[in-house]
Amino acid sequence: MSVESEDARRDTVGEAEVAQERAVAAAAAAATRTSSLMDVTTTGPGSAKPDPILVADEVRRSFGGLRAVDVGHLEVQRGAITSLIGPNGAGKTTFFNLLTGFDHANSGRWTFAGSPLAGMPAYRVARRGLVRTFQLTKSLMRLTVMENLKLAAAGQLGERFFVSLVPPLWRAQEAKIEERAEELLERFRLDRMRDDFAGTLSGGQRKLLEMARALMVRPAMVMLDEPMAGVNPALTESLLGHIVDLRDRGMTVLFVEHDMDVVMGISDWVVCMAQGRIIAEGPPAEICQDPAVIDAYLGAHHDEPGGESR
Amino acid sequence: MDFSVILGDALRGAISSDAAAYALMAIGLNIHFGYTGLLNFGQVGFMLVGAYGVAITVTTFGGSLWLGVVVGVACAVVLALALGIPTLRLRADYLAITTIAAGEILRYVYRSGYTEPLTGGVFGLQGFADEFYAINPLPPGRYGIGRVVFSERGLWILLVGWGLVVLATLVVYLLMQSPWGRVIRSIRENEDVARSLGKNVFGYKMQSLVLGGVLGALGGMVFVISTQSAHPDGYNPVVTFNLYALLVLGGAGTVFGPVLGSVIFWFLSVFLDSFLRQAIELGFVPATILAPAEVGAVRFALVGLGLMLLMAYRPAGILGDRRELALDVR
Repeated sequence: MSVESEDARRDTVGEAEVAQERAVAAAAAAATRTSSLMDVTTTGPGSAKPDPILVADEVRRSFGGLRAVDVGHLEVQRGAITSLIGPNGAGKTTFFNLLTGFDHANSGRWTFAGSPLAGMPAYRVARRGLVRTFQLTKSLMRLTVMENLKLAAAGQLGERFFVSLVPPLWRAQEAKIEERAEELLERFRLDRMRDDFAGTLSGGQRKLLEMARALMVRPAMVMLDEPMAGVNPALTESLLGHIVDLRDRGMTVLFVEHDMDVVMGISDWVVCMAQGRIIAEGPPAEICQDPAVIDAYLGAHHDEPGGESR
Repeated sequence: MDFSVILGDALRGAISSDAAAYALMAIGLNIHFGYTGLLNFGQVGFMLVGAYGVAITVTTFGGSLWLGVVVGVACAVVLALALGIPTLRLRADYLAITTIAAGEILRYVYRSGYTEPLTGGVFGLQGFADEFYAINPLPPGRYGIGRVVFSERGLWILLVGWGLVVLATLVVYLLMQSPWGRVIRSIRENEDVARSLGKNVFGYKMQSLVLGGVLGALGGMVFVISTQSAHPDGYNPVVTFNLYALLVLGGAGTVFGPVLGSVIFWFLSVFLDSFLRQAIELGFVPATILAPAEVGAVRFALVGLGLMLLMAYRPAGILGDRRELALDVR
């Protein structure tokens, strides 16, 4: 057991080094890419993007007297990594929940890939290709790792009641799904745990599983809620590597994070929320200089990105 | 003390049509609770509408028994929809409260004077299953070995009852190893995840509630057809709790758990009953401590004690997967 975990540790460290190199390279490329991918003229809150996949307008949500979310206008660029930052209680997760149908907005409208999503139940939002993960990792404990992935595949014939009773009708599709799941497990280095209950995985492995599971849906856009929360630095690098990889495969990524340094290296665009509102948005380099952001969120102690605070 | 009598009685109990009826209802409850995670505390309500669907159709309206079976199943579907539509979108505990209340409401409605022309009120309905015994292919006689003997009528309902159990078990097996079952189990683990992956959680919960409810109704039919008598006071919440007990005993969320649980539950309960009665008769237990009339209550207390021991030493049930115990679920 101890030998095995030692092995696993060495693996993740090795992977982390690779991922770190990738992240550094990505950060270096970020500036040039931002100018081409995000050809924007304005950088303030609500700025227009050349090719937005998600557009939200006047989205509001109150809990009693507290206005948790009050977003005037937000566009998320297709094929880019956008990070949503902000102090605790800024309304980031609530905004996530609203956009993905897990909570009901008091008012507002938003469209994803051109079609309106407001008021749509969560499962339909996911079927449209907008898939989210959760801040507190939600593993399906008593399903195996493989089952977790296979579950996520969209449009399964065998999920219909009467069809499910006749295995020949869905076996072929199931085999294809399993093949794709194997690939993802390998990519996320979970292949050795494929038949273990997800509940036996470590916290970090569960984060990887959750990300892999979201990808099984074949989403056009993934929304990751604090994918790096409670994860050791080595695995953080690995997760960042995976996020960059998603974008390189043409996916749109929106993720919530409160560690500013993590965000800077890989983001094409940063949106900062405080007290339910978007107070600033722009390229990473610009955002960390923004006085409103520093004031609301970073505080006076902030160093340069990638500096000693990491 | 004659253990051959006690064991014979217990074996008869273990394979009785009542055990088959309980197994059917427990298979339904297993779909709800064991696989989907729905807290249905009113399985007895489905049993009741199934039983009375047959009894009322035949006795009150003079219809065919087979029409009664269809009516009973239809009633179970309607009950499942009525319970599910308002509660399945809410948190799990709401379904628990609603179902336990619904079961009791149904019992009081069926036994009230107001509905007596239909349901026979507190007197219930009798003699509605002649059609079932008329098609019995078994020649008259006594079937069995030693003390475990049944009449041709007894064997007929036994065969049909256990035949339905086998069929229901096969359906559950097919369902649960299919993608449909995977979605159902994922809802038990965490319904938000299922939702985030594009699964219509409400729809699946509803299918589960209807399917398990129909099995509950079929169990109720087997139960009343064997005695040709439907009596409202037999449908109290204790039935549901016994179903939970035997389901957990056999192993919730396993294919054969409810069947094994039902067999053991009936074996133990008849065994203890027979054992205690003999002990009193032979003077091993003084009548001042335990009177024959109290045996019924004491044996359930002992069954309860046995369950507590089982939970202490085998928490996942007899057929449960030990690996699951290592997980900190929730």
